[in-house]
Amino acid sequence: MKDKKTLGQAMQTQVKRRSVLKAGAAGVAGGMLLPGTARVALADDKKPLGAWPAGADGDSVFVGLTVDLTGPYSAQGAEQKNGYELAAEQINAGAPQVQKISPLIKKGILGKKLVLGSADAETKPNTGVQAATRFIHDNKAMMIAGSTSSAVAIALQKVCNREHTPYFTAISGSNETTGVDCQRYGFRLCYFAYMACKAIAPVVAKELGKNRKAAYLTPDYTYGHTTTQSMKEFTEKEGWKTVTNQVHPLGAKDYSSYLINIANTDADVLVVVAYGADAANAIKQAKQFGLLDKMKIVIPYMSAYLEKEVGADVMQGVYAAQGFWWTMEDHNPVAKDFVEAYEKKFGGKPRDSAMYAYLALVLWADAVERAKSFYPIDVVKALEAGELRDSPVGKVTFRAEDHQGIVDFPILRGKKPADMKNPEDFFEIVQVVSGKEVLPPLGLLGCKMGDYV
Amino acid sequence: MPSMSLFLSQLFNGLATGLLLALISTGLTIIYGTLGVINFAHGALFVVGGYAGYTVYGLTDSFVLAVAGGSAVALACGLVMERGLMRKYYSRPPEDQILVTFGISIILVEIVRGLYGGVSLSVTPPEWGQGIARLGTLIYPLYRLETLGIAAATLLLLYFVLYRTSLGLIVRAGIEDAQMVNALGINVKRTFLLVFGIGAMAAGFAGVINSPIVALTPDMGFRYLVESFVVVVIGGVGSFPGAIIGGIIAGEILSLTAMINPQYSDVMLFIAMALVLIFRPQGLMGQEGRE
Repeated sequence: MKDKKTLGQAMQTQVKRRSVLKAGAAGVAGGMLLPGTARVALADDKKPLGAWPAGADGDSVFVGLTVDLTGPYSAQGAEQKNGYELAAEQINAGAPQVQKISPLIKKGILGKKLVLGSADAETKPNTGVQAATRFIHDNKAMMIAGSTSSAVAIALQKVCNREHTPYFTAISGSNETTGVDCQRYGFRLCYFAYMACKAIAPVVAKELGKNRKAAYLTPDYTYGHTTTQSMKEFTEKEGWKTVTNQVHPLGAKDYSSYLINIANTDADVLVVVAYGADAANAIKQAKQFGLLDKMKIVIPYMSAYLEKEVGADVMQGVYAAQGFWWTMEDHNPVAKDFVEAYEKKFGGKPRDSAMYAYLALVLWADAVERAKSFYPIDVVKALEAGELRDSPVGKVTFRAEDHQGIVDFPILRGKKPADMKNPEDFFEIVQVVSGKEVLPPLGLLGCKMGDYV
Repeated sequence: MPSMSLFLSQLFNGLATGLLLALISTGLTIIYGTLGVINFAHGALFVVGGYAGYTVYGLTDSFVLAVAGGSAVALACGLVMERGLMRKYYSRPPEDQILVTFGISIILVEIVRGLYGGVSLSVTPPEWGQGIARLGTLIYPLYRLETLGIAAATLLLLYFVLYRTSLGLIVRAGIEDAQMVNALGINVKRTFLLVFGIGAMAAGFAGVINSPIVALTPDMGFRYLVESFVVVVIGGVGSFPGAIIGGIIAGEILSLTAMINPQYSDVMLFIAMALVLIFRPQGLMGQEGRE
């Protein structure tokens, strides 16, 4: 019934638009009258933009999720979907947990029920773009969210920018997402390569020593290259040397020849830039090749569940940055709420993928409430206003100039299996990094923000 | 310039990964070479075998049983596939065969994802495969060394079954002229079913053998499918010795290119395939004009 109603309203809007066109045509026929009328109309109300106003007309508002349910990052995609669902449920209920983040949220967003639709982006830019386009045109989506691969995130950001529809990445590690590829309608909440490397380099230099020789395993796409570049830069500042960089295809299964190359050097630190199943494979095989007996592992941008994939035995002593670790709940009531609610609904502790998804949706809802409108320009401006909100990782906001999230994140060290208090207690938090302090200086990564229309 | 010891290490690694690739592509060779069907579900059957082996390994703690279990599940999948669908597709154009097997592969992979989730799973090598072998300056995982032997033995066995027994003779005769073989009182349909089953089983077997080396993910099959194709194309369609030579060539290309610049190893593999297709389209060991 509701769908019908929405459809009916959408048709009404179209009819209205058509009559406006007719009126316009009449205006042309009427000669000189038109310019004046048009100007008045512009000043009075906002021109349609993206799926607005059709998407904001009904009792409900649609958000399209482009999550990787298949492909190399499907584990992260499934987790993100959980995060979005939890956020939508709490927003629609006006739950107290979500009000701790945004006190403005009552039931729903501006009184409308939030409806989610999800599509499988398959970890492929094309598929993601098609899904987003469908969501905007067919479902009148007011917002698009979700990504794990930066290649997909950057493509989605471009298409959503063209469609004037706010887009939020979930995970995207590349420097380019809020650098050269930044977009007016694109927002990245999560930490990324530059921030992660700037933060982890001094920590590992202190813990592992200043005269280390590093070997890199780098996946061959934007995320891999920019992360390795940043990590080299910041570790070399600390006195480390870069001995070799093994670039491998995304989704590579066999790392034997890369590992033999690394074994042939005098490297004593293995920097695993690979993400997801690639990282699991690389580390697993590094152990089989006996590399871990003489090398320490550092993971500047660790994927969710890697610790489960390779096991606590291999993970002990590993240094890694991640967007969120569930024991942050010990010092943060918002994190505690989130972890508890997630565990209750889905079982298992949430990782950073779920946390970023959850938080992005809530922050968007908050921006709409502050803008008091779904009108895309107003929402983007509200997000750019620098309003600080509480979150599972402390105070967060977006930097107006490049739409990068100013967000804290933890640096972790793998615990010895004997020290684990429960099966999910893989890491101790070495340090919670202040996002503000590790942000790149404005302009460094080449962001040139486009216009609102 | 890479040192001599690195060169020898990579040369050896190329051989080891090459034989493993040959083993992985056998299922494809068997079905393609005998029945003429391009089985796009080959990678998925490899995945099904790997995951089934993982479950059996977890239940029984025996790697041998895991290999048997994984192969059996893949065999069952293959038999059902043949009976239910493939039988109707032998006489249809190759594009139909590709589409139907591709569809089956999607279904199989998504069933695996539904059952096991997308987080990768780890299989520890059996006790006799744990540890490290020192070969001069090269440190090599013991299990990988053993897969050299396993792959060689399996390939030899399959070669004898398919090419030195009457079963092989019937299959090859059936491909040339099914009606004639039928007229001789031989049940060609049943033979085809058997061959398809063996091909599927070989894929599952390779899936379990490979599982202690590579973390299991539902999507892993696609990459192996592509590599298997390269091996089969280089070696020659339907040629068993060709698959082995193709595997070793692919392994050496991957390893030796990686030694110089890892970024180009995939590209070099496809360049080699393109060269073979240009200068010897039937593959190095393939026969010309075979349909």
